[in-house]
Amino acid sequence: MSPRAQVYILAALLALMGAGLTIYKNVELGFPLLPGEYRTVWTIEAKVRFTADGGPAKAALTLPREQRNMEVLGETFSSSGYGFNIIREDDEYRAVWAKREASGAQSLFYQLDVHQTPGAALEQPLDLSTKVVKPLLGAREQEAVRQAIYSLVDTARQRSSDTQTFTTELLTALADRRNQDGNMIFGYYKDRSFVDVALLVLAAADVPAHRIRGLYLEDDRRRMSPEDLLEIYDGKRWVVFEPQSGSPGVPKNFFIWQRGGKSLLDVEGGYNSGVTFSVISNDVPARDVAMLSTSQEKEALVDFSIYSLPIEQQSIFKLILLVPVGALVVVLLRVFVGLRTSGTFMPVLLAIAFIETQLLTGLSIFVLILILGLWIRFYLSKLNLLLVARIAAVVVTVVILMGAISVISYKLGIEQALTVTFFPMIILAWTIERMSIVWEEDGPYEVLIQAGGSLLVAVIAWWVMTNRYIEHWTFNFPELLLVLLGVIMIVGNYTGFRLAELARFRQLVR
Amino acid sequence: MHLSYLFRGGLVSPFALKRRGVLGMNARNVNYIARYNDRDKYPIVDDKLNTKRQAKRYRIPVPELIAAFETQPSRKRVMAVIEPLEKFVIKPARGSGGKGILVIVGRDGDDYVKPSGAKVTALDIQRHVSNIHSGLYSLGGKPDRVMIEALVDFDPIFDKYSYEGVPDIRVIVFRGYPVMAMLRCSTHVSDGKANLHQGAVGVGVDLATGKSCHAVQHGVRIEQHPDTEMRFSDLEVPDWKELVRLAASCYEMTGLGYLGCDIVLDRRRGPLLLEANARPGLAIQIANGVGLRTRLEHIEKMDLEQLEKNVDERVDYSMDYFAAKPMA
Repeated sequence: MSPRAQVYILAALLALMGAGLTIYKNVELGFPLLPGEYRTVWTIEAKVRFTADGGPAKAALTLPREQRNMEVLGETFSSSGYGFNIIREDDEYRAVWAKREASGAQSLFYQLDVHQTPGAALEQPLDLSTKVVKPLLGAREQEAVRQAIYSLVDTARQRSSDTQTFTTELLTALADRRNQDGNMIFGYYKDRSFVDVALLVLAAADVPAHRIRGLYLEDDRRRMSPEDLLEIYDGKRWVVFEPQSGSPGVPKNFFIWQRGGKSLLDVEGGYNSGVTFSVISNDVPARDVAMLSTSQEKEALVDFSIYSLPIEQQSIFKLILLVPVGALVVVLLRVFVGLRTSGTFMPVLLAIAFIETQLLTGLSIFVLILILGLWIRFYLSKLNLLLVARIAAVVVTVVILMGAISVISYKLGIEQALTVTFFPMIILAWTIERMSIVWEEDGPYEVLIQAGGSLLVAVIAWWVMTNRYIEHWTFNFPELLLVLLGVIMIVGNYTGFRLAELARFRQLVR
Repeated sequence: MHLSYLFRGGLVSPFALKRRGVLGMNARNVNYIARYNDRDKYPIVDDKLNTKRQAKRYRIPVPELIAAFETQPSRKRVMAVIEPLEKFVIKPARGSGGKGILVIVGRDGDDYVKPSGAKVTALDIQRHVSNIHSGLYSLGGKPDRVMIEALVDFDPIFDKYSYEGVPDIRVIVFRGYPVMAMLRCSTHVSDGKANLHQGAVGVGVDLATGKSCHAVQHGVRIEQHPDTEMRFSDLEVPDWKELVRLAASCYEMTGLGYLGCDIVLDRRRGPLLLEANARPGLAIQIANGVGLRTRLEHIEKMDLEQLEKNVDERVDYSMDYFAAKPMA
């Protein structure tokens, strides 16, 4: 295979790999492609209250089970003076607070942050009992109620074709205030909630069913009680119904807390117990959400990346990851334009210094150091020093100059110039040395051209490197470096003319 | 390169350049240098001491080497070498682009005289030697060796075409076939230097005859030397075939497929190889007013038998095939 074909194949592979990883991170892990994307994160707080008897107290709260379309980003428990642990009971998790002696009003808190993701709410194969317990209806006036229930069930059965449509029919009939049978039933079960009655009627109809407790996520809701949904078994799978409207499916904003009919809260050693919920929504940068949700699963791609570094190192890497972009700019300007610089990648280092110092400050400091350095270098050259010693002398001079610039500008109140320390000293010293040679051999005009070329490339590189999209992509999708590598390899194969050559060789055409 | 010169007259279409067979820098690097020049052969040309050694082996005449300093020489050693000399050249062995070459053409008391008439002291020379040794002029700043060469006794034929400087002839040799040649004449503007972008005149030399066929300064065609006002049409390089033969034989000497040979004419010894270059520039196209690519591609199409011809056969072929077409 010719080297050229190898380059193209390799570049294509690298680009595919980089693009693939990027798409994976965007689609699967939720890293935003564009900077400044926000996601809504719901903070749900459950407050357990009870009045303690004075003896030992224990409260157990069922914790929300995993839900496919809700991602739990973090949870906190607060319980002053209580021992706390989480236990697994059947297939539920329960938070248990316990204390040896407690009296008076007690408040315990459980708080979690969730983020909604697209997808189905519930996973299907669910090992819940499908046993139906027929309601006990025997006594005198219960006969009428039984009549009403069975008449409701029969009517619904006639108007439906399967369990799902039957349930919908039944629920709408129950919710209908004009329905005589419904009114009869509700009249008898005055102290029961709608869902309780619905469950009773469904049991009479031999349909396995249970309740789902949960919350509607709406902003700024306080002291809410949990709301109920119905879940029925249609012979093959479980289907959720909104009880009032009778429509199947989990409502969009519904956060499922508990599935199945067990108790939500158990309190021992206390009375007047209850759980209330508050919900608030926050807008959080999409990247933070992605980071939080993946850190839970310990995604290898994220766990073995620079995100696992301490924040301080990450911010250094943010800068380092921009270097390849600068290198690409240099390559493009060299290969397609033909700009000459002093030292091939020196402009990239300059550009990095400019990022820290801001452009204008950086430019003026660079020009100032260069001019002063050249001036001192001319004197040093008269002293007959060996080259290494002379460059070291220039390094020292540069450092002194940088110190002087910092101090003087600080006294003058120009704080920006303090960032002068970001200039690469050794590179500056070499640049000064090279420039002075160019000055001696080719004259000041050439110095101006080379320094100007370097500065132009540095400014263009700075401009690209400070672009907020570039910054976002290099840091959040470092795998794009593979794409960049592919691009550089392909550019390295370009055999066409440079822009400068179109002027240089123009006499050959005329 | 002067910006004004670069942008005066605007740009031309890349397709027009392509039609004229012009070779660009990128194409040169990828298609010729990378493909035909093996990296392991670079030291032969990048280090001028190696070039000299190799040239001796292949009986290619070169300027006489007086001394070479491998390590930082003491003041005494330098003085011991240059004291008896009237004319000499100090060069870095691995300098690039003619940097760090100090030419001394005479003595004035204790001082040494440069071609421009400027004087330098013994101390200046020692500093120059020390600079070369520290790697100031070498690629990447690596420590370098210093060579002291005899000054070439230039053939006076070019005196009228060169101002203050050293005229040399560059021949591009591709796979052993000379493909293009030019003479570089320094001018007052170029400050005695032979760099075209500093204002030296590039004179295209007809491979068949050694006569000038085209001359350019600052990218503009000229008829006579700007300082001496000599007409280039009267210029003819003596010993031309001998010179082309020398260039062609550098292929065997270096093993490099794409090569630029810098040759000077000595009054008594004839053509001498000054240095060889593995990355010869593209200005030769401007001097000749002809693109290189067409010629290179012609040679790339040759079969193996043609490529294995000996030096004389190759020289004959090139002088015949690449003869300048009469200018319109």
